Amino acid sequence: MNTVALELKNISKKFGDKYANKNVSLTLHHGEILAILGENGSGKTSMVNMVAGIYYPDEGEIFVDGNPAVITSPKDAFGYKIGMIHQHFKLVDVFSASENIVLGIKEPGKFKLSEVDKRVAEITQKYGFQLNPQKKIHEMSVSEKQTVEIVKVLYRGADILILDEPTAVLTPQEIEKLFEILRRMRDDGKSIIIITHKMNEVLSLSDRVAVMRKGEHIATVETKNTNEKELTEMMMGEKVELNIERSEPKNLVDRLVIENICSKNEEGLPVLNNVSFTARGGEILGIAGIAGSGQRELLESIAGLLPLESGSIIFNRPKKGLPVSFYHKSFTEVLALAEQGKFHYEDGTPVSFDGMHHAQIRELVNEGKILFNEDDVTNLRDKTPLEIRELGVRLAFVPEDRLGMGLVGNMDIVDNVMLRSYRRGKSVFLDRDNPHDLAMHLIKELNIVTPDEHTPVRKLSGGNIQKVLVGREIAAAPSVFMAAYPVRGLDINASYGIYNMLNKQKEQGVAVIFVGEDLDVLIELCDRIVVIASGEITGIVDARSTTKEEIGLLMTKNRLEGGSENE
Amino acid sequence: MSKQASVKKHTEPLIHITKRTNISPLRAILIRAIAVLSSFIIMALLMFLLTKENPITLITSMFQGAFGTSLRTWVLFSDTAILLGIALALTPAFKMKFWNCGGEGQVMVGSLVAAMMMFFVGDSLPFPLLILLTLLLSTAVGGLWGVIPAFFKAKWNANETLFTLMMNYIAIQFVTYFLKLFGNAQGNLDPMLQFAIPKIFNGPYFLNILLILVICAIMYVYLRFSKQGYEISVVGESERTAKYFGINVSRVIIRTMVISGALCGLIGFLLVANGSCSVTTTIAGGRGFTAILVSWLGKFNPIYMILTAFLVVFLQRGTSFTGEIYRLDTSMADIFIGAVLLFIIGCEFFINYKINFRKRDKEGK
Amino acid sequence: MTLITFLVSAIKFGMVLLFGSTGETITEKSGHLNLGLPGIMCVGTACGCIAEAIFFDLVGGRRGMENLAFLAVLIPILATLIGGALMGLIFSFLTVTLHANQNVTGLAMTTLGVGISDFLIASVDGYKFTAGAKFFNTSLPFADDLGAFGKLFFSYGIMIYLSIAVAIATSLVLNRTKVGLHLRAVGENPATADAAGINVTKYRYVATCTGSAIAGLGGLMFVMDYLNGNWEYVIDAIGWLCVALVIFTTWKPVFGIFCSIVFGAFYVAAEYIPGISLASKEIFKMLPFLVTIIVLIMISVKNKKENQPPASLGQSYFREER
Repeated sequence: MNTVALELKNISKKFGDKYANKNVSLTLHHGEILAILGENGSGKTSMVNMVAGIYYPDEGEIFVDGNPAVITSPKDAFGYKIGMIHQHFKLVDVFSASENIVLGIKEPGKFKLSEVDKRVAEITQKYGFQLNPQKKIHEMSVSEKQTVEIVKVLYRGADILILDEPTAVLTPQEIEKLFEILRRMRDDGKSIIIITHKMNEVLSLSDRVAVMRKGEHIATVETKNTNEKELTEMMMGEKVELNIERSEPKNLVDRLVIENICSKNEEGLPVLNNVSFTARGGEILGIAGIAGSGQRELLESIAGLLPLESGSIIFNRPKKGLPVSFYHKSFTEVLALAEQGKFHYEDGTPVSFDGMHHAQIRELVNEGKILFNEDDVTNLRDKTPLEIRELGVRLAFVPEDRLGMGLVGNMDIVDNVMLRSYRRGKSVFLDRDNPHDLAMHLIKELNIVTPDEHTPVRKLSGGNIQKVLVGREIAAAPSVFMAAYPVRGLDINASYGIYNMLNKQKEQGVAVIFVGEDLDVLIELCDRIVVIASGEITGIVDARSTTKEEIGLLMTKNRLEGGSENE
Repeated sequence: MSKQASVKKHTEPLIHITKRTNISPLRAILIRAIAVLSSFIIMALLMFLLTKENPITLITSMFQGAFGTSLRTWVLFSDTAILLGIALALTPAFKMKFWNCGGEGQVMVGSLVAAMMMFFVGDSLPFPLLILLTLLLSTAVGGLWGVIPAFFKAKWNANETLFTLMMNYIAIQFVTYFLKLFGNAQGNLDPMLQFAIPKIFNGPYFLNILLILVICAIMYVYLRFSKQGYEISVVGESERTAKYFGINVSRVIIRTMVISGALCGLIGFLLVANGSCSVTTTIAGGRGFTAILVSWLGKFNPIYMILTAFLVVFLQRGTSFTGEIYRLDTSMADIFIGAVLLFIIGCEFFINYKINFRKRDKEGK
Repeated sequence: MTLITFLVSAIKFGMVLLFGSTGETITEKSGHLNLGLPGIMCVGTACGCIAEAIFFDLVGGRRGMENLAFLAVLIPILATLIGGALMGLIFSFLTVTLHANQNVTGLAMTTLGVGISDFLIASVDGYKFTAGAKFFNTSLPFADDLGAFGKLFFSYGIMIYLSIAVAIATSLVLNRTKVGLHLRAVGENPATADAAGINVTKYRYVATCTGSAIAGLGGLMFVMDYLNGNWEYVIDAIGWLCVALVIFTTWKPVFGIFCSIVFGAFYVAAEYIPGISLASKEIFKMLPFLVTIIVLIMISVKNKKENQPPASLGQSYFREER
């Protein structure tokens, strides 16, 4: 009897001229749970996608039960009794669990939903799932939806199950339940591949661990013979020198103080849990974490796009002892603040405008004789993006989906450049002259490759799209600059261009927040790095003294019960 | 051995279709021209089979019908203007990806209000005041007709295509009601020509053309150069982006539909006060729907729309004339227009997508 | 007795609409909003009438038809089905294969369809198909013996029963069979259906052609039964009424039987209310559309998943190349 259920031999896959997988060989035994561990972009998902029939390998062979297998579609995969549970569920919302499970199966005999219900119930009973076959998907929790996906695969008779980060969306209790079920399936003789980032899950669940790095299979080890440290080292690999220029931070000021912010998603699960940190003007603050750990939500909550449950986002203008000007404050605001006793004269005596003429007051302010008593502090929580801007807070944001939020694909560079500024002025007409000048300036300064400034940005290459976006945000002279994966999809030169831009911002005293995925880059570019895992901050490290292993360990740390570590 | 077999078994489909990212404007125009030409050829063939006339004669007679006399030419351009006007009214909504299929109804209520004003208060008001008041009311009610679906779309995301369609029929029933109440025995309202806007040159045509050209220019400027027009484009492209940049999406939807409906109402007013001086259920004559096609085919660009509107009206008038001469049914015009439109709609595929044939030489190794 | 005649009339008109709405429901379940329905119904009807006229000539006039009463009904029905399906095919080709915008294509189809049907009808002698009307009108022989009950349930021609049968069959197929399940999946979430191995293109084509064919029968019934074989140029208006009715039924064909009767009742009600003015009757005819709007608003406000239009309604599906 062959004990090998699935074998990959020298599998390679290229996207464009980049290897997603290179020469991967891997075996999966009958009745075992194999965990696949690796960083973002290490080729885990593309590898299992080839087994599941989503992609077809460029080179190499796949064997199922010792026989060569040709898997060109998910249907073929089912033919070999291979089923995959994707991270994004493919379910029809208005259908019941059973209806979704039976979708697309060609069975002989009459179709009767009650029969399907019965068979679904049999499967759920056998492995201990909690699932009502008649419940509609839209009434289900995420965990129930995942159950439907797993049962769907079992219903088709799969013996090899592949789960792509199944725990990312679950609560600790649900994870425990899922693991019990997976163990029961293993004991029943099924072979299971599970992709995960969380070290403790790997150690508690799997029989063997396969570690992937940069598209290659590093090693497969018996779980009982390894430990967290060894796995992390294999996963992270050697430090790569990138030689990104980094200046020493100067004149640091606390710019953005985030305190205990919490947010829940539509399912009621926490996506941000008691997150606190301070972003300082004059430094680059990196944010590291497994994809989907709350980075997006964090930036969006600062940008005013995500409502918070609790906590505060304080924007700080260090004004104590500095002269008042009409640049940030209107005349009436100055009067109101004076009323509240917020100003003093150079000699320290409190300011009172009682009985003064307006002209007199203006003169005093313009001459810089009136000084602030304290820092100017604004809480940005629950403010809309427009309100934030009207408060005079200049936030720049380079979001993850460049064309879905940052830019409008069908508009030209000029029109995209003025998204932020088009309201300026009282006229009902747009002023395109300044945006046009800016667009031309950006094209020249950042070497944006485009036929002309009137080309829709959709038609530009990824790197050039990013340059338009970053360039526009920098042109707004921000005091906080947030960028989510700004170099994703960019070639080396373009990436270094972006790093330089961020560095320049830092040198000008901007508080830069950089969400990245490549740890080498984070370590060389940033001054401090905040590590986030499952919506919680697991550590804040000094980028100059940290190691990839340290960050890696923090990234794969499991959700803390009650979040007590921060106290 | 098995590997060889397995690799061969896996074949890509013979044809695969990808989205085009870039097409030269010249090529796009060429594709459209071919589409229009092929539909012309097919229709000429069909007409030839029905009439046994030389196709060239048929086409000449189409031009005769469109431009044959100076009156025909005036009517041609005036009809083009009206159709263009409705299309212009609908365009801001479409740019916002709001499918306003209610142009027909919005025009009709504008006409109804105009006719009612003439009927009820025409005699008791001085003429200039009457016209001014009628103009205002027609536009206002048109705007109202447009804003009702917009409100429910903005607030509860009610499907605007179906909603605006239903509003058309409510408008029709209002008109019928009015006609049954105050019309003559045949259910028609006698034209109240005494309240017509005075003729310039030889009829109502010049004013229509002039006014709509002005509206066309204004609309072009509004969409291209105003802040509101810019907001419309952003909302239409991505609501998420719009929200992030602080645009109040609901407000933009409602504001735009007020404009759209009001302009339709204005056209309705023109059709009465500068036209029939009466109202019927067919006063819009399906132009509320044809205008959707005009606007869409014109890429929502007011300048291109002049061309598409002209094409449609030219076909309409030319084919009807030819049909009459050769004793074909008047429906020939509808068939012709429908066919041409479908060809143009279909040819967009070849502009937006590229068809790739799989190269077979790979398997030689 | 007026109540009975009112109901009979409401049912008759309602069943005309039921064909259209059942057909459009099938189409919409696949994710196609077919605004070409009015045009398609016109063409279907015209094809049926032409076929009847040709049949009239072939069998040598009225007397010949008497002997072949069964064919006199069957042939127009088949012709209508074919005519409607062909129009559906054009629509599908443009929207599925050529990814054209559904709204725009539908409206152009309506223009084309109205034109074609007018042209076809103008080319035949009306009396030839009018002669066939009596075969459509024939009610069950025992209807008169059963009094009011008989009149209410059995006094109709074959088409009425056919329309109810089609609605019920459609509902059964949609809700009880694999084909129906797959069709609904295609309309709700084509990407998921595609991933499950369902041929989205095939389902959209077949559903649209079937739906268009069935919708055409509504027009045929309207002319041959409701109007006793007289062509009237209002079939496109009936088509729009059917589009409205689909919303009113919240995409459920069996519920549609009831809804169509309500629609029919609204439409004919004015004729049966004593002392009502000619003008006020028109206000009554507004009711179906008004009610539809109210239903549309209600389903949007309540946002209950079961009553929503198919989630991908109006959207083309294009599997992006990786």
